[in-house]
Amino acid sequence: MVQSKTLGSKIFKVFLYILMAVLTLSCLYPIWYAFCLSISSKVASNSGMVTLYPVGFSLRSYTEIMGDWKFFHSFWVSIQRAGLGTVVSMLVMILMGYPLSKTKEQYKPRNILMWVVIFCMVFNGGTIPWYMTMVNYKMIDNIWGLVLCGGLPVFNLILIMNFFRNLPQDLEEAAVVDGAGPWKILFGIVVPCSKPVLATIVLFTSVGYWNEFFQGLVLSSGDKHYPLQTYIQQMVVNVQAASMSPDQAKLMNELSNKSLDAAKVFIAMIPMLVVYPFLQKYFVTGIMLGAVKE
Amino acid sequence: MNKRMSSLKLQTHYSIMVIPGVLWMILFNIVPMTGVVMAFKNYNPGLGLWKSPGVGLENFKYLFSMSDAQRVIINTLIIACSKVVLNIVIPLAFALLLNEVTNMRYKKFVQTAVYLPHFLSWVILASVILNIFSLDGIVNQITGIFGGKPVIWFSMASYFRQLVIGTDVWKEFGFNAVIFLAALTGINPNLYEAATIDGCSKWKSIWYITIPGITGTIVLLGVLGLGNVLNAGFDQIYNLYNPMVYSTGDILDTWVYRIGLVNLQFSLATTAGLFKSAISFIMIVVSYWAAYKLADYKIF
Repeated sequence: MVQSKTLGSKIFKVFLYILMAVLTLSCLYPIWYAFCLSISSKVASNSGMVTLYPVGFSLRSYTEIMGDWKFFHSFWVSIQRAGLGTVVSMLVMILMGYPLSKTKEQYKPRNILMWVVIFCMVFNGGTIPWYMTMVNYKMIDNIWGLVLCGGLPVFNLILIMNFFRNLPQDLEEAAVVDGAGPWKILFGIVVPCSKPVLATIVLFTSVGYWNEFFQGLVLSSGDKHYPLQTYIQQMVVNVQAASMSPDQAKLMNELSNKSLDAAKVFIAMIPMLVVYPFLQKYFVTGIMLGAVKE
Repeated sequence: MNKRMSSLKLQTHYSIMVIPGVLWMILFNIVPMTGVVMAFKNYNPGLGLWKSPGVGLENFKYLFSMSDAQRVIINTLIIACSKVVLNIVIPLAFALLLNEVTNMRYKKFVQTAVYLPHFLSWVILASVILNIFSLDGIVNQITGIFGGKPVIWFSMASYFRQLVIGTDVWKEFGFNAVIFLAALTGINPNLYEAATIDGCSKWKSIWYITIPGITGTIVLLGVLGLGNVLNAGFDQIYNLYNPMVYSTGDILDTWVYRIGLVNLQFSLATTAGLFKSAISFIMIVVSYWAAYKLADYKIF
């Protein structure tokens, strides 16, 4: 390729690399900032001295968290929810996606089912009817409530179905000739052939469950039952966001413990950071499937 | 056992496979939908949902006569529409710029870092953002250098919408750019080469080759965005707002939450929720239809 080396293009290049660096840093900053606050001393954190690096190194926040059983209980609720939720919804989606990937000739109720599924994707009754139904089902303070209350993950189901549908038919036909039944075909051929898309959806589903806070808030009777994000929302964010005059804000500041809050936030980020390398390996495929279907 | 399974037997197996999903859908998607009848009733907890007296469209009339409702609908539209537009324009600009980065390792690194915020929840990000924009946060320290007076940014009604839109675009631009970057790799590199040989400038080749090459993607995202005109982002605003910014920052979803689950006006909240669901339903159907017509895109 012919490279133009004019002064203008050099300046543009410098500007471009700097702009990209700034954007990158801005996206990494929240993690770094939470980390710095969490290992800074309480005084330094509360007085706003911590911006770019830790000030007055201290691990007191972390030792304090060690004694906070509510925090760990929330953490445990979130782990259970993400684990159970991912397993259950993947299983249900795979099982349902397979028959839906068949044609109407192969599975008669396919089209009717599909329309119901799509209707569920584009319409919902709103928060209040949903909440009252959950109360009727006794889903309050119930781990299954946190797993099931969002309803069938319709969008992901459709992604899986689309992928199954685009697999080469020959594979299945060969298996049928060999005498394999539908269950064997599904778990022996279709699922292993769909690993990338299933891995993407596993990651998206688990991250979705991990990050959800609202259902955890309205489906819990008290802070004993909160999942982690709800716990942080109530203990950290809600307090911060409360409206107050500057004087009140100052008083609040003295009573609060930004270091401790940041340590909780940082711990909540860790599972995300652990799965991130896997996420970014698979998710491009995932989005492409969702956004621009070939 | 080397015989093909009869069609009927196969159908039975398929039906067994869909049972868990169908049950989940009926119990947790469809049954809650029936609760929308509350919007046409004067809900009385003592009588229960089905025995409460019907009031026809009274709830809707009352809703639209409320100044609060008008305010939240306007806020919702402003915030949601700005997000739809900027979440296409900014990621597009970013993708075009990133595409000009020739150092592949740097490009990969930038790309990996910028979609990190997408995967962090608004709860986590709000705790950091509120700190950064707090009275002694870094933003006030910077404006202080230029003689600005420290303010609590997220308590200022006049800045709230811009901050909400800005932080949302910041959170999502890296993720949204992925689609554009993928579309950019689909453009034939020979076109650029030919253009350079013909003496075409960088800007001209962007305008005449790159942009036309990804118009389909832009149209598609724009059309699908129609479904979100009333989705201003509950998670984000719920975590960032406070009563001082209700005038500009309160949206349908947060308002429904407060009147319904905090003030326990179930019928009114259901009515507002149904209004949102119905409009969104129409917009999504229109958007899918348009996406099919304009971009030949089918979701199913």
